Amino acid sequence: MYSFDIERPTTLEDAVEALKDEEAQALAGGQTLIPTLKQRLAAPERLISLTSIPELKGVSAKDGWITIGAATTHAEVAKSVSAYPALAALAGQIGDPAVRNRGTIGGTLANNDPAACYSAAALASGAVIQTNTREIAAADYFLGMFETALEEGEIIIQVRFPIPEVASYQKFAQPASRFALVGVFVAKFADGVRVAVTGAAEEGVFRWSEAEAALDSSLAPESIDALEADDDGLIADIHGTAAYRAHLIKVLARRAISAMS
Amino acid sequence: MTNIKMTVNGKSVSGEVPDETLLSEFLRENLRLTGTHVGCDTSQCGACVVHVNGKALKACTTLAASLEGAEVTTIEGLANGGELHPMQQAFNDNHGLQCGFCTPGMIMTSVDMVNRYKAEGKELTEEAIRDELEGNICRCTGYHNIVKSVEDAAAKM
Ligand SMILES: Cc1cc2nc3c(=O)[nH]c(=O)nc-3n(C[C@H](O)[C@H](O)[C@H](O)COP(=O)(O)OP(=O)(O)OC[C@H]3O[C@@H](n4cnc5c(N)ncnc54)[C@H](O)[C@@H]3O)c2cc1C
Ligand code: FES
Ligand code: FES
Repeated sequence: MYSFDIERPTTLEDAVEALKDEEAQALAGGQTLIPTLKQRLAAPERLISLTSIPELKGVSAKDGWITIGAATTHAEVAKSVSAYPALAALAGQIGDPAVRNRGTIGGTLANNDPAACYSAAALASGAVIQTNTREIAAADYFLGMFETALEEGEIIIQVRFPIPEVASYQKFAQPASRFALVGVFVAKFADGVRVAVTGAAEEGVFRWSEAEAALDSSLAPESIDALEADDDGLIADIHGTAAYRAHLIKVLARRAISAMS
Repeated sequence: MTNIKMTVNGKSVSGEVPDETLLSEFLRENLRLTGTHVGCDTSQCGACVVHVNGKALKACTTLAASLEGAEVTTIEGLANGGELHPMQQAFNDNHGLQCGFCTPGMIMTSVDMVNRYKAEGKELTEEAIRDELEGNICRCTGYHNIVKSVEDAAAKM
């Protein structure tokens, strides 16, 4: 690692101020950033730790929405988001227990790894990402591999999820990294079904709209039998071909739908 | 540089270290607590797992300077004088190790696992143990005896 200084502000205002500096970068659980620094893929002069700021922590449920502070760990979400069981279950399957004790929802969404789990939940739920300057709908937030709508120095404060009638996340874990080789999140709301796919595409999380249309008429695994996920733009690597990932999308979508009915 | 103060295995410790110092480096190099092993240094193997404020984490993926005032427990802090912790004893009794390189991390992860399941009143099945050990890699034992060790200790803790 190159050398850097750490600051630990205790208020959001101080953190926002500190991150105005071009050489500063936010540090949450460090589960992505510390390995990145070790590889010297980033060289910030200052890390601004967000984990001592009370406004960024905790979970609450109100009027059909779950609000999760950006610095809330995966372990905390797994334990306390009882009003949205599919989201709690997703958090409980991220990495391993030690990663879940440090990694945060804000860090995951800011990083936008194409194989991250929360991105599928955010897109399928129609979550709202609230930052220090604005609210961003999940549909406008994910801009491609490791790219988001966040501006330089913008901090995610909390993420709000509308609670669906029923939902399920099915992940086929890449056996070495435990990230999603493919993950499919299906959520049914009063106004329709949304299907979000992570792990599969070069551009990161996306919605499988053909499946959504089919499931709007009937939420049953058979509804998507006639469909095939398109393998255009899917990741092909040592772990699986694009065709294999396309196949997994359908298999996992069917599993999710079965788990919901 | 930061003058870090924390409690490690019940003792207050401090040290002036660069901000980029990992907890694993602080424990091993400043405090000479070399029981915390570094296997991969890339967050994969779990050999470096310690407890911070009662929770298991990977010391190679945590910055010491972000843990001001924390309570840290390492493998050296588990035994009660000459008496091994039930998890350590169970690894010994069930041949849960061969070379022993992964063992400190396995034991720290397993103690956290059993404590957590007991606190939440959940049943720790064999399947759950295997799932919970996801982040700990052993190159020697084939895992069966590690799982047996955890089951054995869970019954005694
Ligand atoms: C072994 C292992 C297995 C894993 N498996 C999975 C998995 O199965 N699924 C999965 O989804 N993830 C997985 N992860 C990633 C894990 O979820 C990380 O915790 C997460 O990607 C990053 O969160 P963090 O809090 O650690 O962020 P950090 O590493 O601290 O930060 C990541 C990035 O986000 C920025 N950032 C952090 N917080 C904010 C904020 N509030 N506002 C703006 N920017 C911010 C930082 O500047 C940095 O660029 C795994 C990681 C490891 C090491
Ligand atoms: S040394 Fe920390 S996980 Fe391998
Ligand atoms: S006993 Fe040798 S690595 Fe586990």
